[in-house]
Amino acid sequence: MIAIETIHLEKTYAVGFWRKKPRVALRPLNLTVEEGEVFGFLGPNGAGKTTTLKLLMGLVSPTGGTARILGKNIYEAEVKAQIGFLPEQPYFYDYLTAKELLEYYAQLSGMQPKERSQKIDAMLERVGLKDAARLQLRKFSKGMLQRVGLAQAILHDPKVVFLDEPMSGLDPMGRREVRDLIEELKQQGKTVFFSTHILSDAEALCDRVAVIHQGELRGVGRVAELTSSVAGKVELIWNGSAVPAGFSALGAECYTSGERARAVVADVQQEAALEILRRERLRLISLTPVRSSLEEYYLQKVNSAVKPAGVAQ
Amino acid sequence: MSRVVYIAANTFREAVRDRVLYNLIAFAVLLSGAAILVGQISIDIERLVVVNLGLTAVSLFGVVIAIFIGIGLVSKEMEKRTLYTVLSRPVRRWEFIVGKFFGLAGTLLVNTFFMAVGVFAALLYVSHKFQSSDAWILVALFFIVLQLLILCSLALLFSSFSSPLLSAVFAFSLFVIGSFAEDLRLFARMTRGLTHGLAATAAYLVPNFSALNVIGQVAHEQPISWHLIACNTAYALAYSTMAICGAVLIFERRNLK
Repeated sequence: MIAIETIHLEKTYAVGFWRKKPRVALRPLNLTVEEGEVFGFLGPNGAGKTTTLKLLMGLVSPTGGTARILGKNIYEAEVKAQIGFLPEQPYFYDYLTAKELLEYYAQLSGMQPKERSQKIDAMLERVGLKDAARLQLRKFSKGMLQRVGLAQAILHDPKVVFLDEPMSGLDPMGRREVRDLIEELKQQGKTVFFSTHILSDAEALCDRVAVIHQGELRGVGRVAELTSSVAGKVELIWNGSAVPAGFSALGAECYTSGERARAVVADVQQEAALEILRRERLRLISLTPVRSSLEEYYLQKVNSAVKPAGVAQ
Repeated sequence: MSRVVYIAANTFREAVRDRVLYNLIAFAVLLSGAAILVGQISIDIERLVVVNLGLTAVSLFGVVIAIFIGIGLVSKEMEKRTLYTVLSRPVRRWEFIVGKFFGLAGTLLVNTFFMAVGVFAALLYVSHKFQSSDAWILVALFFIVLQLLILCSLALLFSSFSSPLLSAVFAFSLFVIGSFAEDLRLFARMTRGLTHGLAATAAYLVPNFSALNVIGQVAHEQPISWHLIACNTAYALAYSTMAICGAVLIFERRNLK
């Protein structure tokens, strides 16, 4: 079943005071996300990621097109009860405690009082804020606010979770915790749609990714496929601080670091490169085919010329 | 409907815990103290001075609180993006606006209550006992609450489409103009043609705060007619409702950038 679907969804803002000029924030976007998928929405700052999320949340009205979540109109209360949302760099009510904040969101989500108190305690423990439950949010660090933000987004057990830059501004530990939480949501069969420009996170977590730039969808792909294609090159690593002269004749890219050296050569030159190492009596440590990375795919899409938006599956 | 109550309760809790509010109450208490001092040096008119100064302080501080908090009700939530998480839940936009209004109205009611306690304490201090005409002070306080409800709805209306600074300017300007609404109506009656049309429209469009100000009458122990109480109550409720409806209509169409 399709969890999220956008059909020619677009947004143009009118900017200026007197003579308003149109500013395209999102060109017609056609996108589908299957239930249970972790979907990464990638793009540089100002690409249109947050606008897309706001359109999906019904916070801004589209200039054209429609969006559906779990097969229903995004403005239906029934749909909103099934979604959780974490905005980018969230700040919450300064004078509420973490427990009071979750209580408030649980009330708004229509949770019953008995269910509320049980789930809030469990959720605070799950995001590691059990000890800070009675602390006012103005005393929270950025990482703690992000965690309480995640807690409010998943407290009511939504089927679809939207996260806008969930790792932004977090330290390595915080990023790891958020990653674990997204993994956990995936294990539970939830659909997770998150925007990010941290490609390593997307590569580690997502089933599929979409790249958006200048308000236009540039490409959609399965992460496993994007990163498994062989680039026609091999990487050799050996012990030694010097690069034998023969490598330059092979057109290799060579690097040295401490007691190790590395060379990337075309796969047809593999045997010749190994022969050089044998001749020089250098000890080979590894020989691996170079695979495409998500970064390459991302850069290729972002740097490509603007094309008319197509339907992405 | 329950979501309106939750939003109102949260707004009330946030406002009450905000220390700025306590500072304003402290100022009001100080002013009531000043009323006692002035009352002591005003021979034979201590009661009049205390009632006048005390109620004026309640009104002015109430106005400051209503505008100060009212203008930030929507913009603060947008700035902090808390509105995004609230509206991504099954909460309708009108529920948010109405909840915010009742939350602020509750805050103002509680504040007025505590400031009124200060006024009655000052009155007891200078008069040593209460008299039956002091009951009219409660009517003056009720009218102040009605004024604050109108102001609160106007602040919410302005904050639904403009910046906090502009909202404060608009709301405060309307409070000043509205305090002279009766004079504006008198002026409209004296003019002819286009000027009359403009003045009359402005006079009936701005909130009539002067009709809600009976501090002078109460200080001079003059009774307030039940007719005025009924008319003022109906007027304030109708005006606030219209302003809230306006705020809802604007907010329903607003893009939360």
